[in-house]
Amino acid sequence: MKKLLSGNEAVARGAWEAGVNVVSAYPGTPSTEILENLGKYKEVYAELATNEKVGLEVAAGASFGGARALTCMKHVGLNVAADPLFSMAYIGATGGLVVVTADDPGMHSSQNEQDNRYYAKMAKIPCLEPSDSQECLAFAKLAFELSEQFDTPVLLRLTTRISHSKGVVELGQRAEHTPAGYVKDIVKRITIPAHARKMHVKVEDRLRRLSEYGETFAGNTIERGDKKLGIITSGISYQYARDVFPDASFLKLGLTHPLPQKLIAGFIKSVDEIYVIEENDPFLEEQIKAAGYFVKGSCAYDSPITGKDKVPITGELDPTVVARSFGLQRESSVQPIAVPARPPVLCPGCPHRGVFYAISKLKLTATGDIGCYTLGMMEPLGAMDTVICMGGSVTAAMGLEKALGPEMARRTVAVIGDSTFFHSGITGLIDMVYNNAQGTVVILDNRITAMTGHQQNPGSGRTLQGQTSPVLSLEDICHACGVKHVAVVDPLDLKATEAALKAAAGHPGVSVVIAKSPCILIDKKFKPTLHVDEDACVGCKLCLKLGCPAISFDSARKKSKIDPIFCTGCEVCASLCPKKAMKR
Amino acid sequence: MKTVNILICGVGGQGVLLAGDIIAETAIAAGFDAKKSEVHGMAQRGGSVVSHVRYGDRVNSPLIREGEADVILSFEEMETARYLSFLKPGGAVIINRQQVMPMTVATGQAQYPADIVDRIRAQVPNTALCDGPALSAQAGSAKTINVVLVGALARQLGIPGETWIATISSRVPPKTVEMNRKAFELGYDD
Repeated sequence: MKKLLSGNEAVARGAWEAGVNVVSAYPGTPSTEILENLGKYKEVYAELATNEKVGLEVAAGASFGGARALTCMKHVGLNVAADPLFSMAYIGATGGLVVVTADDPGMHSSQNEQDNRYYAKMAKIPCLEPSDSQECLAFAKLAFELSEQFDTPVLLRLTTRISHSKGVVELGQRAEHTPAGYVKDIVKRITIPAHARKMHVKVEDRLRRLSEYGETFAGNTIERGDKKLGIITSGISYQYARDVFPDASFLKLGLTHPLPQKLIAGFIKSVDEIYVIEENDPFLEEQIKAAGYFVKGSCAYDSPITGKDKVPITGELDPTVVARSFGLQRESSVQPIAVPARPPVLCPGCPHRGVFYAISKLKLTATGDIGCYTLGMMEPLGAMDTVICMGGSVTAAMGLEKALGPEMARRTVAVIGDSTFFHSGITGLIDMVYNNAQGTVVILDNRITAMTGHQQNPGSGRTLQGQTSPVLSLEDICHACGVKHVAVVDPLDLKATEAALKAAAGHPGVSVVIAKSPCILIDKKFKPTLHVDEDACVGCKLCLKLGCPAISFDSARKKSKIDPIFCTGCEVCASLCPKKAMKR
Repeated sequence: MKTVNILICGVGGQGVLLAGDIIAETAIAAGFDAKKSEVHGMAQRGGSVVSHVRYGDRVNSPLIREGEADVILSFEEMETARYLSFLKPGGAVIINRQQVMPMTVATGQAQYPADIVDRIRAQVPNTALCDGPALSAQAGSAKTINVVLVGALARQLGIPGETWIATISSRVPPKTVEMNRKAFELGYDD
């Protein structure tokens, strides 16, 4: 049976067909749909982990028991999970252990363009790179086999355009995998130095065997074309290069770590000139050049190798960028028409808006975090100063206080979402309390993990697969961490929110304000819309400071207006209007 | 067959992504290879949204190369201009008669280009306008605008109407099948 599937859906399907037993992962664009789709299979235990490190460790434990296990994450998630990844690279896999990383060239919704193929090289584990949805399914299945055959975790590396593009996929059946059961083996699984030294020797030997495997692996393919030009590529870059150079010869690498050096040498010998076309970093190019093929009279051949001297290292590739790199793009005959930018904004009715309005009004410095609420930085709210990484808001505020003193702390708040707080904000909060910090943490508790498409979290009382679970109380957690001043406020109530922030800032020691109101998109049950009474509106534009997509200003009439299509009736603007012009 | 390239653009929440799915699935049902590409996440929060759909005998890149789109199907007037460089010489543009103000315009920092449709027409003779808001209201719900626009596109592509309707019926809530069929036909006949 054939079906149109995204790369993420195909990875989930491939893992299911491979008999995957246990899946644990934290959502993160562009990886999220892998977990969401695995959660739909009743044969699979799949869970929302509190963070990526937890996800990989749960998968590792399942592998210890002989189960086939998978974790998936966005590229920066692997930074969080790097610690167990490197240990598991030494320990190896009992049941197949697959780590999926979805990198984000172009940074569609990320803070950097890190190329996670380097993790495979650094951890000395195999890296598979599919180039379309069909390969996503095939490589997900293969990854489990390789993992068990070579006793190693396998990195399955996607990028945004692989994860979120759809293509035709031939589906297969599930082959059940029954976990073999746990067998104690401390030399294999306890990473004390005496054991780890032996493990490292095995790891190096494993790499040599994997490299040999790659020489004949069916996913490393040569497509013969014109002998003048040979292109070495992998992943989505293959598809772009294939369109731009339809007549060239191709070496398409599916296993990009370790590299099949003999296969590469043979390919280079067979053509006059080599282009290495890959997105972001020169991962393939550096290794190919380091192998010395391009040096005249050396081991292989003297053909020139072109790579990052032409193909951009920053930003996402696409067929246009690849063509332009080689001077092959005919520029458009259409004259560009300049239009205003349309950046993403906090949704109409978003409860975060009230908090950011209060922060902006009180002119506080806000160390921010990762989530929808990062959009609080956008004008006209302009209520965020820094973003480092998941959980970094809490600790950055603390660092500012330690550097500049309690006066700075009274003018600073750390702003973090509920799911991000569970992910890695808690440790920072404990650090603040333990080290006698002065500061205020605002937890934006919208009862869901919103940015990635509304996943449940430890505060929502539901698991990925729909079971009820204990609702972890943020208040109780903060109290248990030793925070003395914990206030809960409704962020749709602007006056109360402002008062709560002021009270918390004035409190000695660590204080927490929990701004609790569900994401407006959870059930989409909107209240009746408001409209502007033009007789009452004096055109003061105060309501525009909320940055609500439903509110605009009619310059000709000098009145605010509300678009009934967007308005959710949250009434925040009504509470702000000095003339009470917003009416039902 | 030469690959057919369709670029769909609009604003988050308008149904651009579902329209892309319907087009790609219909092409597959008609016996073609097809790919589509779009970006989720941050881009959906009221931002500019674009979906690339390609079909033919064999499709490689899921993204269309600039200057190679056969049709730009635009859900929002101003968004058309943002992606015009993708259109091939002699390509067609279909514009939904709808303007969604970006935040920069709503707050008065920027102006919505009022004559945008005329400026596009001046460069692209093959520009068709589709009154999606009116036709979807006629079909029974503003939510069917994307299906109206799929109808307007379908007339230019040569895949039989029943193939389109079969895909649409499989992708919309069962209760709305009839309404969406009407929306498709209104767009097709417009």
